[in-house]
Amino acid sequence: MQVPFWDERIETASRGDLEALQLERLKKVVDSAFKTPFYKKRLAKAGMSSSDDIKSLEDLKKIPFTTKDDLRKSFPKGLLACDMDEVNRIHSSSGTTGIPTVIYFSGEDVDTWTDLVARCVVCTGASKKDVFQNMMTYGLFTGGLGLHYGAEKAGMTVIPVSSGNTLRQVQIMQDFQTSVVHATPSYMLHIRTVLDENDISLKQLNLQKAFIGAEPHSENVRKKIEELYNIDAYNSYGLSEMNGPGLAFECVHKAGMHFWEDGYIVEIVDPETDENLEDGEPGEVIVTNLIRHATPLMRYRTRDLASILPGQCECGRTHRRLSRIKGRTDDMLIINGVNVFPSQIEEVIMKIPEVGTNYQICLDKQGALDRLTVQVEIYSKMFTGSAGELENLRHRIVEKLKGTITIKPLVKLHEPGFLPVYEGKAKRVIDERPKDEQ
Amino acid sequence: MTKQLNVFVENRPGRLESVTQSLLESNINVRAFAMQDRGDYGLLKLIVDKPQEAYLALSEKNFACALKDTLAISVPDKPGNLHKLTTVLAENDINVIDAYGFVLEPDHQGICCLEIENLKETNAPQIVSEAGFEVLSAEELSDL
Repeated sequence: MQVPFWDERIETASRGDLEALQLERLKKVVDSAFKTPFYKKRLAKAGMSSSDDIKSLEDLKKIPFTTKDDLRKSFPKGLLACDMDEVNRIHSSSGTTGIPTVIYFSGEDVDTWTDLVARCVVCTGASKKDVFQNMMTYGLFTGGLGLHYGAEKAGMTVIPVSSGNTLRQVQIMQDFQTSVVHATPSYMLHIRTVLDENDISLKQLNLQKAFIGAEPHSENVRKKIEELYNIDAYNSYGLSEMNGPGLAFECVHKAGMHFWEDGYIVEIVDPETDENLEDGEPGEVIVTNLIRHATPLMRYRTRDLASILPGQCECGRTHRRLSRIKGRTDDMLIINGVNVFPSQIEEVIMKIPEVGTNYQICLDKQGALDRLTVQVEIYSKMFTGSAGELENLRHRIVEKLKGTITIKPLVKLHEPGFLPVYEGKAKRVIDERPKDEQ
Repeated sequence: MTKQLNVFVENRPGRLESVTQSLLESNINVRAFAMQDRGDYGLLKLIVDKPQEAYLALSEKNFACALKDTLAISVPDKPGNLHKLTTVLAENDINVIDAYGFVLEPDHQGICCLEIENLKETNAPQIVSEAGFEVLSAEELSDL
C-alpha cells in the first residue's frame, strides 16, 4: 500500500529525534505556562521556578496534573499566557454545568493545530482530489472548524455544511459528489437509513471515506459503517481542551490512531494510583500540548481510558498509536456525539418546583441515533389538577433541558413514588444502548 | 361550589385499580368519573360523596391530586337541552375547559359537569340558573 505523508520527515522521525523535539518544545510550553496565573502558582507549589527545571522528558513528572476543574476555576483568563491582542480565536465549552472552559489560540496556535489536522487527513489517503463534506457542528465546538481548516490546508474541496438536516446532507452529497465525510458514527448509520427511505442508491453517491469521531465506538460499528457504504472509515480522536480533532488519527492501515507526538506528549496512567503505565496497559490518557502557547495545558487528565498500542505501524510512521477509547473515569455520557453529564440534567430538574427530587435518565437507540429519555415524578403538593398545565410542564422541562445540554430529550411524567428509591448511591442512568455501539 | 377531584394517573395497568382501592379503604362513593387521556398519563376526574376525605386519602397514598371547582348542572334528558345549555354559555362568552355528562334517570334527568375557564369571574352559575337550568350544590350532588 502506498503511504502518503503530509510531513514525512517529522512523521517518520526516529524516536530519539522525536524525543529531542518534545523536550525542546516542552521547555517552551513551560515558559508559556509560567506566564499564566494558574501555572505560576501551581508550578511554584511543585517546586519549579522556570523551564530550566526540565532537563529531560523524565522531568515531565515534576509537573502536576491539570484537570477540567482547574480549567473551570481559571475561567476566564487564569490560563491565558499572552496579551489578548495576540489571541486569534476562542473555543469554549457551553458552560452549562456552571462555569465554561475556554481555550485561547494565537494565530500561530491555529496554524500548528491546522497543520496536525492536515496530517490526519492526508494519512488516510485523502487529498486535493477529494470533495470533503464536513457534517460536524461548527461554532464554539472544535470538531467542525478543526477539520475544516485541516482539510482546507490539505487542499481538499471543503463543504462546510455543519451538522443536521439529513436530507440536505444527502442532496449535497449527490450534487457535489462528496468523496469524504466527517461525522459521528451514529450519524453515519442514521444517514444510511435515510438513503434507504428515500430510495437513494450508493451508486448515486461518490462516497469513499468517512472520518468518524466525537463518540467512542467499537470496531464492529466501524465495520458496519464500512459495509453499509462500501467505504473506508477512519477513527479520529480529539478533545476541545487539546485543540480539538487532530490529536490522534488512523492512517490507511486502520490499526490504532497515531498520536502526533511532536505536538503532544501522551502518557497513560493508572487512574487510581496515578502511576505511569507501560505501552499496552490500559489507563487514563494524559496529554501535554506542546504546540499551543496562548493557553498552555500540561499533563491534562482527559478522563478517557485507552492504551498505547505496542509496536510499529506498517505505514512507517514512528508516532505511537492510541487504542480505541474504552470508557471514561467519570460519568460523562456521550449522546449523539454531545458530551452530557448527568449532573447537568439534575440541575435543570431540581430547579422546577412542579417535579419531585427523584429522576432517571434512560438511554437507548432509536434507529441509529441515541435517544435520551428523562423520567421525572410530579410533585404532589404542586399539582393543580389541570391537564393543560401538565402538558406545559412537560414542554417546559424539554425546552430547559434542550437549552442546557443541546439535545432534545423525551420527558416522561410519572406519579410520585414511581421511580425506584435507592438507599445509598442512586442509579440515575440506565444506559440500554448496545455496548459495542457506544 | 361543587368539587371535582382530579388525579394524575399513569397510563399502565393497575394504576386505576390502586386509586379505587384507596377510595374503597376510606369508604368513598364515586358518583361519576371520567378519564382524560394524555398519552403516557391520564387525568382521572372524580365526583365523589366526600371530596375532601377522598383528597386526603389519595394524598396520603402519595397520589398527585387536586380539588377543582366544577359546575354540576341538572339537564332534563330531552333532545335539544344540551344545545340550549351550550348556547347560553356561548352567548355569554363562557369557555368550557373540560366537560362530561351522564344520564341519571333516562328521559328525565341528566347531569353535566363543566370545568369553566376563570369560573369565579364569569358569573356562570347565575347565568345558567337564569336560563332555567338547576345548578347543583355540593350537597345535592353528593345526595344524588
